[in-house]
Amino acid sequence: MSFLREGFKALRLTVVLWLLTLVLYTLPLLAVGQGLFPAMANGSLLRNAGGQVLGSTLIGQPFSSDRYFWSRPSAVDYSTGKTAPTSAPSNLGPTNPELVKRIEATASTYAKAGIEKPAADLLYASGSGLDPHISPEAARQQIPRLVAARSLPSAKLEQLILRHTQGRVLGFIGEPRVNLLALNHELDLRAP
Amino acid sequence: MTDWFQVVVFVALIWATAPVLGRHLHQVFDDQPQPLFDPWLIPVENGVLRFIGERGRPAEQAWDYLRPLLLSNLLFGLVALAFLLFQPPWLNPQGLPAVRWDTALHTAISFLTNTDQQHYTPEQSLSDLSQLGALQFLFFTSAATGLAVGFAFIRGLCGRPLGNFNTDLIRAITRVLIPLSFVFALVLLVNGAPMTLAGPITLKTLEGADQILVRGPVAGFEAIKQLGENGGGFFGANSAHPFENPNPFTNLLAMVAMFAIPAATIDAFGRFLGNRRQATLLLLLVTVLFLALAALAISSEQGGNPLLAAWLSGPNLEGKEVRFGAGLTALFATITTGSMTGAVNGAMDSLMPLGGLVPLFNLFLQVIFGGQGTGVAYLLVFLILTVFLTGLMVGRTPELFGRKVEKGEIVWSSLILLIHPLFVLVPAAITLSYAPTLSGISNPGSHGISQVVYEYASAAANNGSGFEGLGDGTLWWNLSTIVSLLGGRYLPIVALLLLAAAFARKPKVPPGPGTLATDTGLFTVVTGVVILILGALTFFPVLALGPIAEAFSLVNAR
Repeated sequence: MSFLREGFKALRLTVVLWLLTLVLYTLPLLAVGQGLFPAMANGSLLRNAGGQVLGSTLIGQPFSSDRYFWSRPSAVDYSTGKTAPTSAPSNLGPTNPELVKRIEATASTYAKAGIEKPAADLLYASGSGLDPHISPEAARQQIPRLVAARSLPSAKLEQLILRHTQGRVLGFIGEPRVNLLALNHELDLRAP
Repeated sequence: MTDWFQVVVFVALIWATAPVLGRHLHQVFDDQPQPLFDPWLIPVENGVLRFIGERGRPAEQAWDYLRPLLLSNLLFGLVALAFLLFQPPWLNPQGLPAVRWDTALHTAISFLTNTDQQHYTPEQSLSDLSQLGALQFLFFTSAATGLAVGFAFIRGLCGRPLGNFNTDLIRAITRVLIPLSFVFALVLLVNGAPMTLAGPITLKTLEGADQILVRGPVAGFEAIKQLGENGGGFFGANSAHPFENPNPFTNLLAMVAMFAIPAATIDAFGRFLGNRRQATLLLLLVTVLFLALAALAISSEQGGNPLLAAWLSGPNLEGKEVRFGAGLTALFATITTGSMTGAVNGAMDSLMPLGGLVPLFNLFLQVIFGGQGTGVAYLLVFLILTVFLTGLMVGRTPELFGRKVEKGEIVWSSLILLIHPLFVLVPAAITLSYAPTLSGISNPGSHGISQVVYEYASAAANNGSGFEGLGDGTLWWNLSTIVSLLGGRYLPIVALLLLAAAFARKPKVPPGPGTLATDTGLFTVVTGVVILILGALTFFPVLALGPIAEAFSLVNAR
């Protein structure tokens, strides 16, 4: 009898807590997000002049053509193709021969494009498979290729990279980085 | 250089927030007036208590506290399981079908036990209703259950009745978890974490590929995921995903969120005891242990991978995001496993051997700040054992906080420490004795052993991170880790509360000339040694077979 009573008590507790966490927490957050910060709340989407969605400024895209700055290797192809939607790292261990093979293959692709010793982040796959950034060094290494493909002077490209580079927060938190989608989008705008 | 400076700033933030939040926790769980919260929350809390028919009588026996705990946890788990098993069309923009039964069962239990191992791809498996109604609901209740247990244990050790479970659970949610998470969620939202019920967006990338981006109520989910030491990601990539952790600033907050409550619980323990020096020394002890492990992890990742020296130089960036780099990923890995959160901002599987040893070591010890509420309880269990050992050395009946430590306490404490290796090593041994088809090992050699041991250590410690290359979405892994999840959560909870209730009933003995003071630097050092010997020695053989052997294989490559 008392066991049954305690069971009902626990059942009522479950119902009321389930409602509490949604009504007191999630609903106000949804209201604030949609009401005050709709751009962030809906995924920080980047649109072209016609309003068409080009991507999210927070999420990377695959870039491998000569006309763009190349992005990092991704284990999930930046959530494109048959496996989408997804996000994941390669999960290759440091002593896995597959890792060595993959690094070697990517390095030879860069060697063919004229970059003998690419920055490490261009060879290592990212943690999310969606990394929106490359390091400033990785971007600068690609300038000669872009000069040829886009007929922009290298000083101009240098300047564009700098514009889309974010430094460490407060000078010491995190790493300096270049937002690739923003940079490549600007290339399209300036030298179509 | 900046890596080390970030560690210092992080520790400073934890030490700065611990007394503030610790005072708050003490007020909440000691039922003291809180002018800032009372006018709003007393009507809500009283309404809830009246609705469920709870009069708030403190437990007389340990089972008076445990019965409602186990019953309500059973129901929380069943509610979540129902959402996953049926996954109705509401708030289901992708029209996702029901989750397979064994994955649903594993997921419900994994989140119920504050572990959050995930043997599924969230983007392709869960509707927003499941994320909110099953997982986020369990984020709150499992963290609150942990806090309730922690403070009931503290009350017992301080010689007081354990308290009332339902009151503790509700106040943990209304006064600690919801307010803190709400503020954190707002910061995440402003920094770019989505908060929407809109479905995924399909777009053409600049190069013309079809990209699908899942969105959802991420900001709120993420905040309680970190603060409640839960760790289960809204996305597969967890805190490496830019929507969950958009920039280095949110990363810093996410790290502080993981340690803030366990550090404050230690501080609050000192206030309950009326001896804040004791709490400060314990906090110092775990901070020193943490710094040593963080230093090992960071330097190991900075050292880079010698096998790849022909093509690149510098730190190991495999499985790491550019915005965090090697340093912040290694630091995050140390914090998330020390605190039993299990969120990851990079691939644990791709850490260098010693960088991977650190998380594994953290899972074995369970006290480097430790789980929500349970971390401080395990730390105090080590204190009991240290008192006993030092008492043996000087040949006196040991005392702790004015009560005698006798056979009962030692039996329970030893049992609590033995549960963990039992649920890690036995299933790992069984799995490793069978062919790779059963184990799902994806990385060859010693690293494969680490993958299997890590999965069970993470389950039994209720952490939830993993060497995720492991093919763990199988019937074997789902069912066998359930045993470790449940055993690693509820057996220690029962044992802790039985220990605390019995301890509180003992007569108080006045301190005599032979009483060993526990709030001294020397005693704290001895406690540290006991933690390292008892906690780590049991697991040393598997460490030698896994990460240490792998590290030696790299020495040759160099």
